[in-house]
Amino acid sequence: MIQRVTIFEEICKGCGLCTTACPQKILVMGKHMNSKGYHPVIVTDQSLCISCAMCARMCPDVAIKVEK
Amino acid sequence: MAIVYERPKSLAEVETHYCPGCTHGIIHRLVAEVMDELDIAGITIGIAPVGCSVFAYNYFNVDMVQAAHGRAPAIATGLKRAMPDKMIFSYQGDGDLASIGTAEIVHAAHRGENITVIFVNNAIYGMTGGQMAPTSLVGQKTTTSPYGRQEAETGRPIRISEMLATLDSTALISRVSVHNPAAVIKAKRMIKQAFIAQQKGLGFSMVEVLSTCPTNWGLSPIEALKWVEENMIPYYPLKDFKVPEEVK
Amino acid sequence: MAEKILMKGNEALAEAALAAGCRYFFGYPITPQNEVPEYMSRRLPQLDGVFVQAESEVAAINMVYGAASTGVRCMTSSSSPGISLKQEGISYLVGSQLPCVVVNMMRGGPGLGTIQPSQSDYFQSTKGGGHGDYKMLVLAPSTVQEMVDLTMDAFDLAEKYRNPVIVLGDGMLGQMMEPVAIEPREPQEADISWATTGTLGERKPNVINSLFIKAEECEEHNEVLQAKFAKMLEEVRYEILHEDAEFFLVGYGTTARIMRSVVEMAREEGISVGLIRPITLYPFPDEAFDKVQKTAKGFLTVEMSAGQMVEDVRLAVNGRQPVRFHGRTGGMAPEPLHILAELKKLIDEVK
Repeated sequence: MIQRVTIFEEICKGCGLCTTACPQKILVMGKHMNSKGYHPVIVTDQSLCISCAMCARMCPDVAIKVEK
Repeated sequence: MAIVYERPKSLAEVETHYCPGCTHGIIHRLVAEVMDELDIAGITIGIAPVGCSVFAYNYFNVDMVQAAHGRAPAIATGLKRAMPDKMIFSYQGDGDLASIGTAEIVHAAHRGENITVIFVNNAIYGMTGGQMAPTSLVGQKTTTSPYGRQEAETGRPIRISEMLATLDSTALISRVSVHNPAAVIKAKRMIKQAFIAQQKGLGFSMVEVLSTCPTNWGLSPIEALKWVEENMIPYYPLKDFKVPEEVK
Repeated sequence: MAEKILMKGNEALAEAALAAGCRYFFGYPITPQNEVPEYMSRRLPQLDGVFVQAESEVAAINMVYGAASTGVRCMTSSSSPGISLKQEGISYLVGSQLPCVVVNMMRGGPGLGTIQPSQSDYFQSTKGGGHGDYKMLVLAPSTVQEMVDLTMDAFDLAEKYRNPVIVLGDGMLGQMMEPVAIEPREPQEADISWATTGTLGERKPNVINSLFIKAEECEEHNEVLQAKFAKMLEEVRYEILHEDAEFFLVGYGTTARIMRSVVEMAREEGISVGLIRPITLYPFPDEAFDKVQKTAKGFLTVEMSAGQMVEDVRLAVNGRQPVRFHGRTGGMAPEPLHILAELKKLIDEVK
């Protein structure tokens, strides 16, 4: 399974902005919490990712890396 | 696997203090991306204001100067006059620029100082706990306009970009937003053109970026983006007021 | 030795700053110091320097802050109301440890006051008109030549301590003309590794800043500053005329000039009187009052104010002898005969 989107869970503040940006709707807020108590975003299906990086553009905390 | 997107080098590897969903983070990143792409970080000096983005001096991998509230454009003038070959940008909020520092921004623009100003307008004072700003919208509830901003008592919000665009000595004035990916891409392009205007010595450049304040607006980060679209943009139209040909 | 030329105080001061290597001036019009920016606007372009007339004194002091952040020699000048507007900027300059020179040609106050000379900004200059614990070297010339020399020293001292230095003149010293010799001085190589001149990709970013949001760190920073202010005590300067006299007139700047003739008049009448003239107002020359203890019976402080330095004189004398005050406000200058009469009153009181 190719990992196109990497979420840096400890940096993510659970704001959800990326979830509004993903055209493939594969980003949702996780149920678990990071060490700071935020619910980091999770990628539901890496294979659907088209590496458009819209999520990364909307992330205020550079918590997303996108590869192709 | 080729990198499509990762942290720009000019953005320090530190977690910011900004609230979740605050779009200061996006704007910082855009400035850092532009500095990387123009390869100017080594010759750039940034000025941090007083406000939520005061700690910007920790977030950019460039020399930074922390300014007294509202005085960043004057400090930028001193820096640029002392080092005309260096790139100088000030990063200011609306309380800093559109309230206490209005004289400084107007006169830096009036003198045509060859500097770049990133003006983040979120229609409120964030750092101090959500007070009304000159950019707060009519009817907007804040901690100092609990009944909603009253036009009769406090006038209508100030449109800085339109005001500065009337000054002949300004080179580039544009208002953008970061409320969705397309807007972010456009915002970056304008920030880049502003720095290019400075590189080419064309004079004063300012990009006003509509931004969110989920915490003090009392909205979720996603609702805040919608608030920008539905309330701020109608009053603060996104527009390139002045863009010199040489930077396109 | 540079040849002597007749110059107006404000212009001599400006030329002195240039001779000390200052190439950046940011100012704003206000009487009675206008000749400083006017002169700078003529001369700086000739020296590839920068003159900017700011939109306000608030902007001017912040332009100095910006230029000083790059390690260049820079200055501003103003008069009393303008210096009030610069207080926040001065506090920031101290907090961020930035060297620069601030000139105040004092005028009558408070409020718009008048454009006549005054010394009523003593407290503002020496006790700090801005917020926070801070000190600055305050140099008080009483002749145009001394204004030249102290202005040149001010740039060296500002760099030595990375702290603003105030040259405290007044409208009279600024407007009077006297022959001066202005000897250009090569500024010594100052360490400006702290300056924000661009990392050039070769070093970690420098940050010019006075914000320390954690109390422990802010206290630590204050301790660094206080240690610096303590070290500045060694820069104390003063002049004593007739150290063995029984009575002393105490005054600086313009009043010291007036009191030189009072000392002569009094001594001709057989009165044993001398003069203590602080040249640095900070640090205040406490030791001068110790030096004269063998013979001193009383002190008369004279100022062009309602009495400000007199408090420091009382602290220095510490109750050992009576300290009296005579002053004029509103831009009026104390008159020799009045001073002499006050001196005699003091003498009668002590006898």
